[in-house]
Amino acid sequence: MFAILFTTKANTMITKINHVSIFVLDQDSAHDFYVNKLGFKVHTDVTMGPGSRWLTVCPPEQPDLEITLMAISEGMMFKKESAAVMRDLVSKGTFGFAVFECNDLLATYEELKAKGVVFTKPPTKEFYAFEALFKDDSGNWFSLGEKTPVDKKGH
Amino acid sequence: MFEDIYPEIYFYRRLVQAKLFIDSHFDESINLDAIADEAYFSKFHFIRIFKKIYRQTPHQYLTHVRLEKAKQLLQSNMPVGEICYACGFESIPSFTTLFRKTNGCTPSDYRHQQLRLKADRVSAPLKYIPACFAEKNGWKENSNF
Repeated sequence: MFAILFTTKANTMITKINHVSIFVLDQDSAHDFYVNKLGFKVHTDVTMGPGSRWLTVCPPEQPDLEITLMAISEGMMFKKESAAVMRDLVSKGTFGFAVFECNDLLATYEELKAKGVVFTKPPTKEFYAFEALFKDDSGNWFSLGEKTPVDKKGH
Repeated sequence: MFEDIYPEIYFYRRLVQAKLFIDSHFDESINLDAIADEAYFSKFHFIRIFKKIYRQTPHQYLTHVRLEKAKQLLQSNMPVGEICYACGFESIPSFTTLFRKTNGCTPSDYRHQQLRLKADRVSAPLKYIPACFAEKNGWKENSNF
């Protein structure tokens, strides 16, 4: 009886995340950054009327996690004043939206740097992880960590 | 200095340049021996460390890049035969066989699936957008997109 109740309750809890949003200054530029530099794949890219576009991308190994590249513009979620404030905050690097993962941080760091990605912190051994920080084309910053344990590489 | 902390970074740079070379020359007849030479590695050392870092051999990676590019081009109107050669494959039968083995369908079937999906996304975009976002943006079923 208890087992049945527990199972039922467990199944009603949140099980996964399927959409997250990153607020960007320009969707064309963000498309180029996330697809051509980071290697993400476009999931949905549709025009929703004049000046409105629904653009989502997925990390290569997570096809069911859609990252919405949400334009900060009046009418798209924002009123005029809010959009101006938000654009200012994003371009100043206020927001850190995610922690990305790769198989080998030094190799990924070198490749992204060669593609023009700006790193604000090179790969560094921290007490919590081996990580680097980079910015997207809008100013949002992200942590990039390595999947393997820190000590495995002896760093 | 970063290079002092991670002296192996010079080794990584050579390897990454080799990978980027494959990324940009996948449509050519690539000689992996030449890439290894260019990166100052012996062929066997190159294959071994490439696999260690990228989880596949340089040849497997090259094939992967070619197939991904083919999938991208199959969403355009380019004929399948042209796509085969544009991606660096040497014959249509070998391209079709490899494509089917990797993706579970022929290039033509893949194209039809993708075109159907694309048409559906254009004709009924709200099926692909969480309702809360659509509502917030004023996108309704009877809207003229």
